[in-house]
Amino acid sequence: MDTSVTHKSTARSGLPQIFADWFSGRGWQPRGHQLDMLATVSAGRSALLIAPTGGGKTLAGFLPSLIELAQGAAGNGLHTLYVSPLKALAVDITRNLESPIRDMGLDIRIEARTGDTPMHKRQRQKTNPPDILITTPEQVSLLIAQDGAEHYFASLRVVVLDELHSMAPTKRGCMLALALARLQRFAPDLKRIGLSATVASPDTLRAWLMPQDRDAEGVEHMAAFVQAPGGAEPDISIMRCDEEVRMPWSGHSSAYALPDIYEAVKSAGMALVFTNTRSQAERIFHELWTLNEDALPIALHHGSLDVSQRRKVEAAMAAGSLRAVVCTSTLDLGIDWGDVDLVINVGAPKGSSRILQRIGRANHRYEEPSRAVLVPSNRFEVLECEAARVAAFEGAQDGEGPAELKRDVLAQHIMGSAVAAPFDPDQLYAETVSAWPYRNLTRADFDQAVDFVSTGGYALRTYERFARLKQMPDGRMRLTHPRLAQTYRMNAGTIVEAEMLKVKLAGKRRSSAGKPLNKWGGKVLGEVEEWFVEQLRIGDTFLFAGQILRLEAVEELNALVSRSDATEPMIPSYQGGKFPLSTYLAGRVRAMLAEPASWHYLPEQVRDWLKVQQWKSVLPQPHQMLVETFPKANKHYLVCYPFDGRLAHQTLGMLLTRRLERAGLQPLGFVCNDYALSVWCVRDLSLAIETGRLSLAQLFDQDMLGDDLDAWLAESMLMKRTFRTCAIIAGLIERRWPGQEKSGRQMTVSADLIYDVLRTHQPDHWLLKAAWDDAASGLIDAKRLAMMLARIRGNIVHKALEQVSPLAVPVMLEIGREPVYGEAHDALLAEAADDLVDEAMRLV
Amino acid sequence: MTLCLPKLPTTLLTKPCGSSDAMVVRLGDIEFLPCLSGALYVPDYDTLLIADLHLEKGSSRAHLGQLLPPYDTRAGLLALQAAIARWEPATVMLLGDSFHDAKGPDRMATADRALLEQLASRADFIWLSGNHDPSLPAHMPGSMSVEIALGNVTLRHEPGTGAVNEIAGHLHPVAAITRRGRRVRTKCFVISPARIILPAFGAYTGGLDVRHEAFRPLLAGEAFRVIMVGNSALHALPGRAVL
Repeated sequence: MDTSVTHKSTARSGLPQIFADWFSGRGWQPRGHQLDMLATVSAGRSALLIAPTGGGKTLAGFLPSLIELAQGAAGNGLHTLYVSPLKALAVDITRNLESPIRDMGLDIRIEARTGDTPMHKRQRQKTNPPDILITTPEQVSLLIAQDGAEHYFASLRVVVLDELHSMAPTKRGCMLALALARLQRFAPDLKRIGLSATVASPDTLRAWLMPQDRDAEGVEHMAAFVQAPGGAEPDISIMRCDEEVRMPWSGHSSAYALPDIYEAVKSAGMALVFTNTRSQAERIFHELWTLNEDALPIALHHGSLDVSQRRKVEAAMAAGSLRAVVCTSTLDLGIDWGDVDLVINVGAPKGSSRILQRIGRANHRYEEPSRAVLVPSNRFEVLECEAARVAAFEGAQDGEGPAELKRDVLAQHIMGSAVAAPFDPDQLYAETVSAWPYRNLTRADFDQAVDFVSTGGYALRTYERFARLKQMPDGRMRLTHPRLAQTYRMNAGTIVEAEMLKVKLAGKRRSSAGKPLNKWGGKVLGEVEEWFVEQLRIGDTFLFAGQILRLEAVEELNALVSRSDATEPMIPSYQGGKFPLSTYLAGRVRAMLAEPASWHYLPEQVRDWLKVQQWKSVLPQPHQMLVETFPKANKHYLVCYPFDGRLAHQTLGMLLTRRLERAGLQPLGFVCNDYALSVWCVRDLSLAIETGRLSLAQLFDQDMLGDDLDAWLAESMLMKRTFRTCAIIAGLIERRWPGQEKSGRQMTVSADLIYDVLRTHQPDHWLLKAAWDDAASGLIDAKRLAMMLARIRGNIVHKALEQVSPLAVPVMLEIGREPVYGEAHDALLAEAADDLVDEAMRLV
Repeated sequence: MTLCLPKLPTTLLTKPCGSSDAMVVRLGDIEFLPCLSGALYVPDYDTLLIADLHLEKGSSRAHLGQLLPPYDTRAGLLALQAAIARWEPATVMLLGDSFHDAKGPDRMATADRALLEQLASRADFIWLSGNHDPSLPAHMPGSMSVEIALGNVTLRHEPGTGAVNEIAGHLHPVAAITRRGRRVRTKCFVISPARIILPAFGAYTGGLDVRHEAFRPLLAGEAFRVIMVGNSALHALPGRAVL
């Protein structure tokens, strides 16, 4: 909690003397928005507070409750529930709140409850509730599923949702909204407070916070709105290197800029070096240490590292004993871990809201400017960084809006409802549609959800005798077995991770028998995604936890490794940017390309590059899309520049190759990056366009989003991944079983296999519909593709060239470095078999 | 690219033979034809070998509340039906774990049971016992056995260290290659001088990578190869290509 700056307060109305004294005793004054929140909530209204980092948001959220409790409400059961997206944040806030409570001598009990809270303490929290409970969304879902929940929450007056902007766009947000609807039933006078960073559409969050009414004819209830004044303008610059250093054409390593990054770290007191992916963080960390002649304390922090290692780094940050931390989004959220005075963002930030959040981490002091340096890793990223710099300067937001109607979350909630007590379907439906994300849920859809939870919702009614819910004579639905409650409690939540393997150092100890290395019992370094380990061979080296490791064996859920003496890892483990370029920034980049007058900010190399493009080909206007065709090494290339992000381009590439195939042009494959897409064919594309055999307008026509998209999506990895997530959240596949906590994969059937079988035998199944909606509408790529096709209609500029254009070079360089799409599995297998055919023949 | 190895014996030409699975492997004195379905056909004995069907795996945890789509049995039987239609074998030998658990036969849907009966009327079914189904109810069509010999080759569920000329299942082998930045992982036959391990046939059966230590004692020191089961063709690769 940050209240460290004096602020010219206007009024002190509503602030009891003891609080006013506490503020002045510390040389502080309450801020305007803190008092506004107090007035609004004291008047019985719910409210959304939007304030930048360091704006005293947390105290503004707590002040109404603290005052109400100080004035006699304390000791009468749970009064305030504070929900934070991170466990660590919950613990942090509890600690920070304890000091004002102590200073003022208030008799208010405040406790945290997270997944790590020991059982006996949870029990005590149940029988003897604190006044304020600070917890996570998952714990709220578990609490409302306990028996006696109705009684437990009857005294509840306030719910505070911290970092609401980060929770609402996710399935977690849907889960939380359903839990809020339940709490409102238990405590009808409940007030809801949302705390958020700046968002693109505050009104949507205001509506999200409130119980909605289906009969209100589309008029949404909205919470009151309190906005804190913005902080000082951020000081953002783009890292410039010597003109002698060649700016890379493509790639994401940012290796060229490392000496400058190191100098920037040296010049700062404490720097955060943000990267977009874990592997990039590993890489930068490793390289910085090879440059680190001054032995600066530089640490690494990302979500795959072992928790104890992360806690160590966090503690060192808070103690001020570090000079830099290389990190990923795990440090995006507002935990106050230390006195950061510089944020370095390696790679393009991909979105304006994201960079604003990250910049906010530098200098939690409200009135001082935050200092940030953006480090583009290639030429296109220079344009993107420049666009982000201007956007951040203007405070432009491009984050996602709240998630809606997630069916898998609803299924989990229905199960949780039955776990709490038998439920009346009519009442549960009414409660569900009062939650903003479910305000448009139909009764038929809801009933299908209940059927899914009960018997799986299959046309083949073989599970009637195994039904998980049974209707009682009075119409209520009850759980059929207490074991189901236990399974629910072990699996509740919406955060589905990829299958992870533990990275364990193989022990050097030799077994008593002598020879074989005892490979068990080593130290756990962290976890990596199974797909990553799968692509390694035994003996391959890779970067993890800041070290070069050698894979020794994969056993059960462990990847056993040893420390390697190699200086370079064999597997670069590069993975393209995990965040897609936001539509907003893409628009700005297109505008910048078309406007040479805006280039004076750009480094000379980048300016020259664009000038040569202008001379050799064209630079399209912002509303246009450029298509270039040219021959190269017996193949014919088509490169287009939609600037709509890698995911949308992958989908587009799949669809284009299908169409080019049908047009008889024999496409062979394609690659893409965030900006462009390159497809290559056997036949001459320039000629086909010139003679009218191929129409670009038809090739890029919006009708590709019909059957072609459906057919492709149904087979895609994207769909399978989405289905897996839905199946786990909806409780079709349980991750943990009572008595079999470690069971792992032997017990489970792979979601891919289930998907294939279900799609063949019951294509209209409710869960397939849920996954389909998630994939087709929820994920931005299909939506963006549709927007893009609409945008470029009638605005395609074609240029037939003799050779590759300057603008095409970056995406052309991805060939051989990035996965090539468009080839069937069998073609790749055949190629592998072909190469090895002699040997295979010898073995027969 | 598909391997067309030794010329097919003329006796075989009376059977339909798509180019996709025209590949012959030899063990002991016998020739075997791996099929795209994951089955292994033995021309000299007119016998089809199938491993690890795991029927009723989907319903096996329904009593605990896990209600997986109950269509895996149908999917497995339809695949078996296609394999039988392809070769019209006199005998079908199921190499164990044909049911996911011993109670599986009792949970079968009526229509699935009827389909199984119908298939069993077209060929002699021999069910070898597996660790999941050590014994099956007497009302199953066909006969039961623990091991069976085809000439000098022994068929059993679990491959045994040290045994030679053996055909088994149990391990559900899969293999993967990485090519052009993409990883392709498929079921596979594992073929070594001493044995053939069949891929799992069932719709819900997962796989165990041939790099897993469970394969190590079986393949120790021996050159082996895998035949990867693609969507439209089989692909033979030396073992070191997938280790």
